[in-house]
Amino acid sequence: MNSQAVSTAEAPENLAFDLQDLFKATPRHPRFLLPLLQDIQFRYRYLPRASLKLVAEHLGIPESRVYAVATFYKALSLTPRGEKTVKVCLGTACHLRGAASVLDALSRNLGIPPGGTTHDMRFTLETVNCLGACALAPVVTVNDRVYGQMTPGRVAELIEKESRHEAD
Amino acid sequence: MKLTSQKAFEEWQALLSEREKGASGVRRVRICAGTGCLANGSAQVKAAFEAEAIRHGLSIPLEFAAESTGCHGFCERGPLVVLQPGEIFYEKVKPEDVREIFEKTVLRGEIVPRLQYRDPNTKQPARTSAEIPFYARQHRLVLNRCGEVDPFEIEAAVSRGAYRGLARAFSLEPERIVSMIKDSGLRGRGGGGFPTGVKWESARKAPGRHRFVLANGDEGDPGAFMDRSLMEGDPHSVLEGMIIGAYAVGARKGFIYVRAEYPLAVKALQQAIRQAKERGLLGRDILGTGFDFDLEICRGGGAFVCGESTALMASIEGRAGEPRVKYIRSTERGLWNCPTVLNNVETWANVPHIVLNGPEWFRSMGTEKSPGTKIFSLVGKVKNSGLVEIPMGTTLRTMIEDIGGGVLKNRAFKAVQTGGPSGGCLPADALDLPVDFDALTASGSMMGSGGMIVMDERTCMVDVARYFVDFLAEESCGKCTPCREGLKALQRLLHKLCSGRGEAGDGKRLGEIGSALADTALCGLGQTAPNPVLSVLRYFPGEIAEHEAEHFCRAGVCKGMYWPRIDPAKCVGCGACKKACAAGAIRGEPRAAHVIERAHCVTCGACLEACPFSAITAVRREEPE
Repeated sequence: MNSQAVSTAEAPENLAFDLQDLFKATPRHPRFLLPLLQDIQFRYRYLPRASLKLVAEHLGIPESRVYAVATFYKALSLTPRGEKTVKVCLGTACHLRGAASVLDALSRNLGIPPGGTTHDMRFTLETVNCLGACALAPVVTVNDRVYGQMTPGRVAELIEKESRHEAD
Repeated sequence: MKLTSQKAFEEWQALLSEREKGASGVRRVRICAGTGCLANGSAQVKAAFEAEAIRHGLSIPLEFAAESTGCHGFCERGPLVVLQPGEIFYEKVKPEDVREIFEKTVLRGEIVPRLQYRDPNTKQPARTSAEIPFYARQHRLVLNRCGEVDPFEIEAAVSRGAYRGLARAFSLEPERIVSMIKDSGLRGRGGGGFPTGVKWESARKAPGRHRFVLANGDEGDPGAFMDRSLMEGDPHSVLEGMIIGAYAVGARKGFIYVRAEYPLAVKALQQAIRQAKERGLLGRDILGTGFDFDLEICRGGGAFVCGESTALMASIEGRAGEPRVKYIRSTERGLWNCPTVLNNVETWANVPHIVLNGPEWFRSMGTEKSPGTKIFSLVGKVKNSGLVEIPMGTTLRTMIEDIGGGVLKNRAFKAVQTGGPSGGCLPADALDLPVDFDALTASGSMMGSGGMIVMDERTCMVDVARYFVDFLAEESCGKCTPCREGLKALQRLLHKLCSGRGEAGDGKRLGEIGSALADTALCGLGQTAPNPVLSVLRYFPGEIAEHEAEHFCRAGVCKGMYWPRIDPAKCVGCGACKKACAAGAIRGEPRAAHVIERAHCVTCGACLEACPFSAITAVRREEPE
């Protein structure tokens, strides 16, 4: 993964200015590292490479530690993600009721492997270990909208419906 | 209005209870707004009820009230709706059903039979939830307010008894509360089953200027959603338990660690904290006692290992969630090296009940070594999926057959998986085991946080073991070698077995690596990681042997390791399999027995799943067509 190249292409130009409000609201204590990264991730849907350095400076910790945390947690990403994140639950209940074939169908429909993002930056396909909505298995969420009892046959309809909506 | 004394709280509580009683004549509807029912459109159902009330000129909330509540538990049948007076229960309610419900039930007190729950076997309709076996066999203690009150309204919770345990706690010495919890025999509901009172006592006695109490809401076990439902449906029960715990051990700061995938739980807890602070139940000088306690929410980052105690603390401190060796317990040196009590959210929610009713009362429920109740999420191939609270010691059979209604499509039961990736799979002859910490551990599984996954004959046990090992290999933090490499080794062997490349001795190797991993891993994740594999080896050696020696998967799950075959005597020619077959490998005329052409079959298993008459079975590859 060439995160350097991606970040220069995608990061907002005046990142430091853009993040001012977040930094102001976050006390300078290392314990706010994860919440701060989550806020940045929420804003840009990924962590621009340059933001890691700014975060390190703000919290007074080495950039290596910021990088360690940014790459440890699944909710954080160093590569840009699509406007909509399609999450396929692969929890046990969903696995037993056929989640793998739903994932295959989504992957085929969007033309990307799990973890990938479409070229037009509309969709990112992800898997998740359990959403805790097991009675609805198999479950797919799109930006926290829950679709239960999914089947491979309903995938096209879901993507069509989500494509019509603007960004959340 | 901030409450400044215990007396002020009691008066407020009495007032709210009184108001609740006075309003008991008001026609109202409780609509489940748990994640499951919301996904099925319960928000629109609520809006439809309000629109109907306005259309009929009823004033809201004096003549008619529509309340959204936390999870009712019976997620399979959502959206669920309960109407007052009469506790009338309707299932699978759509917005377009609301007009009929309103005109018949709300205005005239008549039942709408088509929306009632019907027993799948006797077809008898149930008028109230108490008549439904799914609810009748439960004992809802911790969940008593969940599904009854609006989780975003503190007044609703208080009118139903929230914070009464806290008010009582302040009239007791902190040591007395610790000994009450100890005497009650309460054990950690997160899975470990460590006695909660012992933890509290140790943290209370440990030297240190600061102490912390933490709630573990990082419910990562796939197939478990008890903690999510509790945090979403009755957040105040968790808060109350934590405030009592903080008072007992002398902590002034607490954190609730909530999983990243639970946005609604975060919202409910944030609102609960804000409202509790406004009322003086949290923050500075709680109820005028001079006791200060502040609570904060930490959102997880999506890492399963953060459910492990030391990894969770590392995560709160703002580091990568990697566990440490526990030669010093976290009750002595936990968060920022201060004495720390970490309990699961369900454990915390038990605390107010014990303080209010006493340890003897708590011990009267459940078994001697595992008193009280436990919440389970009953899922998988079972008819009634949902949230279930039962006294400890209830048998697995009662849970699956009576509460769960039996196996989906009346197929044969094969196994039940408890304890998530750290637990094991138990076969049919273990069904009469009582559900408690010790019995499950002795059988090679574990209580875990409370996921209970039912598997039928269409489940391949080797595939299940592979599934859990894949999960754990992905979630292993990689800090210690046995877990990082051991899981990879198990994974390679299981993938080999599931793809028809099994060799003699693979099963034995799985057992050896698994035992070594259990003995040498650093934290709980690694030590329990081989349980799914070891339990399959112990209870289902036949399936391992078939995968190993014959390259045959009897469940028809592992691709290329079986042929589906239609039994001409059982096939009625309904065409369901033909419709399900994406490869076009099935031919046959309507009402005549169908045939599968092996040349086109990709062994996806869709036909096995689709046949309503169990006429299709998986046979060995060498058997004739």
